[in-house]
Amino acid sequence: MKRRDFLKTSGALVVSFGAASLAERVGLAQGQFGTRVSHIDPSQLDSWIAIAADGRVTVYTGKCELGQGILTAQAQLAAEELSVPLDRVNVIMGDTDVCPDQGTTSGSQSTPTNFNGRNLALAAATAREALLKLASARLGVPVDQLTAADGAISASSDRSKRVSYGDLVAGKKLNLRLDPGAKRRAESAWAVLGTPARRLDMVAMATGTFEFVHNVRVPGMRHGAVVRPPSVGATLANVDESSVRGMPGLVKVVVKKNFVGVVCEKPWQAVQAASKLKATWTPGPPLPPQPEYYEYLRKQPSRDAFVVNSGDVEAALAKAATVVRATYVHPYQMHGSMGTSCAVADVQNGKATVWSPTQSAYGTRSCVAALLGLQPDAVRVVFTRGAGCYGLNGADTVSLDAALLSQAVGKPVRVQLSRKDEMAWENYGYAYVIDQRAGVDASGTIIGWDYEAWFPSRGGRPGYDRPGNVITGVLVGLEPQPFRPAQAAEPPGEFRNGSNAAPSYIAGRVARKAGGAGTITSERVLTHTVASPFFTGPLRSPSRLQNTFAHECFLDEIAAQLKADPVAYRLRHLGDARLKAVVSAAAKGAGWDARPSPRPNPAAGGVATGRGIACVAYEGDNGYVAMVAEIAIDQASGRIQPKRLVVAQDCGPISNPDGMRNQLEGGALQGLSRALGEEVTWDEHAITSVDWRTYHSLPFGIDTPVIESVLIDTHGVEAMGAGETAITIVAAAVGNAIFDATGVRIREVPFTPDRVKRALASPVDSRNVRP
Amino acid sequence: MSAITLQVNGRAHTVDVDPATPLLYVLSDDLGLRGPKFGCGLGQCGSCTAIVGGRAVRTCVTPVGTSAGAEIVTLEGLGTPEHPHPIQQAFIDEQAAQCGFCLNGVVLTAKAFLDANPTASDAQLQQATSTILCRCFTHARMWKAIKRYAAEKA
Repeated sequence: MKRRDFLKTSGALVVSFGAASLAERVGLAQGQFGTRVSHIDPSQLDSWIAIAADGRVTVYTGKCELGQGILTAQAQLAAEELSVPLDRVNVIMGDTDVCPDQGTTSGSQSTPTNFNGRNLALAAATAREALLKLASARLGVPVDQLTAADGAISASSDRSKRVSYGDLVAGKKLNLRLDPGAKRRAESAWAVLGTPARRLDMVAMATGTFEFVHNVRVPGMRHGAVVRPPSVGATLANVDESSVRGMPGLVKVVVKKNFVGVVCEKPWQAVQAASKLKATWTPGPPLPPQPEYYEYLRKQPSRDAFVVNSGDVEAALAKAATVVRATYVHPYQMHGSMGTSCAVADVQNGKATVWSPTQSAYGTRSCVAALLGLQPDAVRVVFTRGAGCYGLNGADTVSLDAALLSQAVGKPVRVQLSRKDEMAWENYGYAYVIDQRAGVDASGTIIGWDYEAWFPSRGGRPGYDRPGNVITGVLVGLEPQPFRPAQAAEPPGEFRNGSNAAPSYIAGRVARKAGGAGTITSERVLTHTVASPFFTGPLRSPSRLQNTFAHECFLDEIAAQLKADPVAYRLRHLGDARLKAVVSAAAKGAGWDARPSPRPNPAAGGVATGRGIACVAYEGDNGYVAMVAEIAIDQASGRIQPKRLVVAQDCGPISNPDGMRNQLEGGALQGLSRALGEEVTWDEHAITSVDWRTYHSLPFGIDTPVIESVLIDTHGVEAMGAGETAITIVAAAVGNAIFDATGVRIREVPFTPDRVKRALASPVDSRNVRP
Repeated sequence: MSAITLQVNGRAHTVDVDPATPLLYVLSDDLGLRGPKFGCGLGQCGSCTAIVGGRAVRTCVTPVGTSAGAEIVTLEGLGTPEHPHPIQQAFIDEQAAQCGFCLNGVVLTAKAFLDANPTASDAQLQQATSTILCRCFTHARMWKAIKRYAAEKA
């Protein structure tokens, strides 16, 4: 198990001894099948699937719809395994009263977790076999002479001998354990999986009838708003309640240590009261200046770890014919959900219900319980969809806000954050500084690769016992996961590349086994985690995107020095057949013009055009993807116009081809937005990117590039995640295309017009090239 | 507080609110509509859009008092799940959504513009939709859906 969720969990178990009593109370045990033990036993079939008397199938899952399409894909899975029409399947997601605990919906893990003969897939297969046995007894026909179709089972030779699932089960429990030997439907026989399925939520969304968490209305519900500190680390000196006394609809001002909120009868009243409330704050320490932040990161105490260390990298570089070196930097970026985060909590009589868009219903349940002084089993979290989160946005923190305010007034309270509070206090995606060195021999082969990176971290997912990992927990006095500097640890027992810190071109030899996708055997990958002044957390392709930007641009730099074609030079150093196949497929799809970069005779002024390629084995083994980007640059303004993105992807057997294309297209464009415009900014005291004027998201009406997807549907292997593949390689593909068009290498995103213009004017920027 | 009568989706509603209250709060809370959504409260993203008097309006920055008497149409006022409006059907046919939160602003902004400018060029259509955000970046499919509706109108 090398998946992010498991690491998170086991990490919490190991280092959070300070909260051991809470952890024990919560029952933090790793159950079988990658699930955790809760009152919903994941080893029981009834925990996953129910069949009603009318034949409708209900699926209970811990993997939730965040916009990525997993609702529809899980319904397809159940429909396929049970041979029922898709529209007869209902999916209940992330309700802690009825769904098994599947941890967090994150890390492109929902498909690997639930579609590969474990968990939901195994439950559906077990149910099918159980139904066949029941039908055999009922009809007096051996199982191997029965056929399941359209929610009923009949004798293969006499279709009049038939019994429906509804009649077989009649709404009763099946009382069976999941059978590890239960056989799934053969991929070659798939009728529902592997076929484009329309999203089950699409009609409701398009007609404005879909219920988001923002639309939840509970009888007697009041409306809360929070008053966050003006700056990072500020503490509350005083709250003057007289400043809001007599305001219409005011129910209560709530203060708990540094947490301040108001509750009113109506939402607009709450917004106004929160803005009128006079709170005095003692400022926190000044923030490190943003212009020098990347250098600042290098000087901080750090917690170090090797992903791989062959011990001979210096020797390899010393004997190399050429050594190439470069430093890449990446800013903090934010999730910036379309809707600000919202939750509704009803805390009364020692019980709590929270309607929350959290990715981790059970974790939120434990954290809410800890915050309110309740037992976890007195809390029910009902996952209710929010706006797309792309990772740890404000969903968890606003759930805690609503719970605190509801407890204070003894009535249900809905809280929706302001745009500024969402953006100033969310858990940002990590900033990165990455030093790369590579040695090349006389034949042009890379013989050594050295990577060293610094990135800031603070807080993260609250998990089951760390409400202090998000802002609300800290405001009420709980600590985030403590940061402890540590010497570099030698790599663990096997090569793990979950953060893509290792480039695809190294062998990844740990304990004599090569786990990497490449061929270079002199290899060192060293990471330094340092303390962040701001909260951080997983943002779509966390660390993987930043690392891949550095790796895939750097590989191009080496190829350019050797005047080698970027596609051929990649293939020369890759060992993994599936990764090589997507590189070749993207190049073929794009009609790649094989030649070195930059292009011959680049345009001296005006509009220059270029193409770039990038690829990655996402998390080392969770999806293979390559992209060719074709762009135009207006050299006068520095503005980049993406023209065409060709993406080739292999994530194993595809559940919903149209859903995968949708993810791929969205990931590609979101990657473009992050590559071209998105950057968290701050001044001496506070975050200054707090709305859509100060944080630059690619708007709708621009020229959207043509996006062409090449789906490689590989069967007979495990299904992999597809939500974070494409986004991981966009910045690198575009950076390589800029170089191809202009001969100028820009080693910092976002590629804003100003930055591009400066780079074109002064190609050797001291910040871009470290001596 | 004062009594204000609004014409929403073909029906008259009288609400007793502060006339300075943004129209969004009245639509989503007093009237319980699900189409218009709070995205930023600053008129920057489009999530709160309603069609007021034939024009796409950002209701999060529009005082309710200024909308009295005007015909207001929200996303759920266009069509129903059983009988979607042609532009809703175009989005369904193109499967043009991920999380779906921005759909309200995208659909209503495009509809209001195309209804008033049925022969608009692509550049004009781009300009008209250039202040909408979609953070799932479902742009390509949404653009196809809008073009499909435009083609049906033309």
